[in-house]
Amino acid sequence: MNFPIYLDNNSTTPMDPRVLEAMLPFFNEKFGNAASRNHSFGWSAEEAVDYAREQVARLIGSTSKEIIFTSGATEANNLAIKGVYEMYVSQGNHMITVTTEHKATLDACKKVEKMGGEVTYLSPNEDGLINLADLEAAITDKTVLITIMYGNNEIGVVQDIKGISAIAKKNGILFHTDATQAVGKIPVDVNEDGIDLLSFTAHKMYGPKGVGALYVRRKNPRVKVTSQMDGGGHERGMRSGTLNVPGIVGFGKACEICQDEMADEAVRLSTMRDRLEKELLTIEEAYVNGNAEHRLPHVANISFKFVEGEGLMMGTKDIAVSSGSACTSASLEPSYVLKSLGLDDELAHSSLRFGLGRFTTDQEIDFAIDHVKTAVHKLREMSPLWEMFKDGIDLKAIEWAEH
Amino acid sequence: MAYSEKVIDHYQNPRNIGTLNKESKTVGTGLVGAPECGDVMRLQIEVDDATGLIKDAKFKTFGCGSAIASSSLATEWLKGKSIDSAMEIDNMEIVEELALPPVKIHCSVLAEDAIKMAINDYRVKQGLEPIVDDKKHY
Repeated sequence: MNFPIYLDNNSTTPMDPRVLEAMLPFFNEKFGNAASRNHSFGWSAEEAVDYAREQVARLIGSTSKEIIFTSGATEANNLAIKGVYEMYVSQGNHMITVTTEHKATLDACKKVEKMGGEVTYLSPNEDGLINLADLEAAITDKTVLITIMYGNNEIGVVQDIKGISAIAKKNGILFHTDATQAVGKIPVDVNEDGIDLLSFTAHKMYGPKGVGALYVRRKNPRVKVTSQMDGGGHERGMRSGTLNVPGIVGFGKACEICQDEMADEAVRLSTMRDRLEKELLTIEEAYVNGNAEHRLPHVANISFKFVEGEGLMMGTKDIAVSSGSACTSASLEPSYVLKSLGLDDELAHSSLRFGLGRFTTDQEIDFAIDHVKTAVHKLREMSPLWEMFKDGIDLKAIEWAEH
Repeated sequence: MAYSEKVIDHYQNPRNIGTLNKESKTVGTGLVGAPECGDVMRLQIEVDDATGLIKDAKFKTFGCGSAIASSSLATEWLKGKSIDSAMEIDNMEIVEELALPPVKIHCSVLAEDAIKMAINDYRVKQGLEPIVDDKKHY
């Protein structure tokens, strides 16, 4: 085993060696600009991009003409949200999203508000799922877009996408989903799921960083977005800029591998994840955050009450995980996603996110289980809150000297 | 963000973890921070009646590595000190000793507050006035 063990695959994934191999020729041998129409360098680059576009489209069940390559999912979310707003504002200026979205979505929505739009932020239930009735109730005659993520990056909860798209369709509203965490991990099909716009990125599925895509539906309905990057009119005028050919080739290869291996991989990952979770829940006062049933196969978010997440991460330095505690940032606010679920700040501060991946092994999971158990035990021995809990003192009844 | 060697050392080998009898007249207890802020520090001192010196100090902390290290260091410094010189401990000394980055300065402030609260708890038990601290942090 190599240390530290990487269990943060929701942040990013290592590139699959097969992806790297596919990309290499496009750095120095076939280095042409895919927009150069006059010579073979350009043609071979264009051919490679066309091929990759097919690979990418196939994974989400779209046609290749509906794929707009971007620098990643953040750009794709921005293009979808601000692009739809600008294109459709004459029909309506209202959008609906959820408080547990990624910052790329929430901040793009904030920008829409600054541009004169109105945004409704739905709150999820305690388990992270939204109420479809809340969604329906939020719709007005000015609503032009619903943007709700497919699978959540912190807790892995998968929304009822078909239920959401049915409501959007019934009301003649466009539906965008940030499927960054879901594509390549679980089956996503833009037609079966009724999706009009979909953001995703290569580096969450064992491809390179710096390349992603926005799917933009061309039929029933034909969707248009106003470009946010102006220039040479690449990507059907929706996203100018010389195409990142090696990145796109890698993205294509990454999608192809996911398509071939996803079904088996999901079973392997969820088996490992469930074992990790079951073992860690044998620790007293440990809780799973988010709906355990409607969830991505490779994510577990667990709160260990009475220990603080960053302190816990320091004690588990041989595994690389992520914490809901924001002690790492200047603010003392813990994860807004966990808080949106109604978790006490205290529990939000005490959470760890485990993100398993293609290269995670059973031995690594065994190690992580022992490592986390040891660290939680050690920190609880140091924790005044644990001592009070054990003494039967109600922590809520104490007047804390906040600073 | 990388931790300094001293923070790591205190985190891995915390000094003086434990609990003193908070009912004892010679023990002062300071409990600062709040669970929802992600830091709670409890610092206790035991004062020798005869010499007036702090003969024992213990802590328990819920928080990040820097918070644990700040309180561990504080207990080390407190042992053997008189109440007056314990009162002089400044959070910036903790910052310097542990090489805390700016975002972790609040951990040292908590430790200083815990020391002062423990001292005042002891003073009140001894029938003395608490010392009012008007120092402004930051």
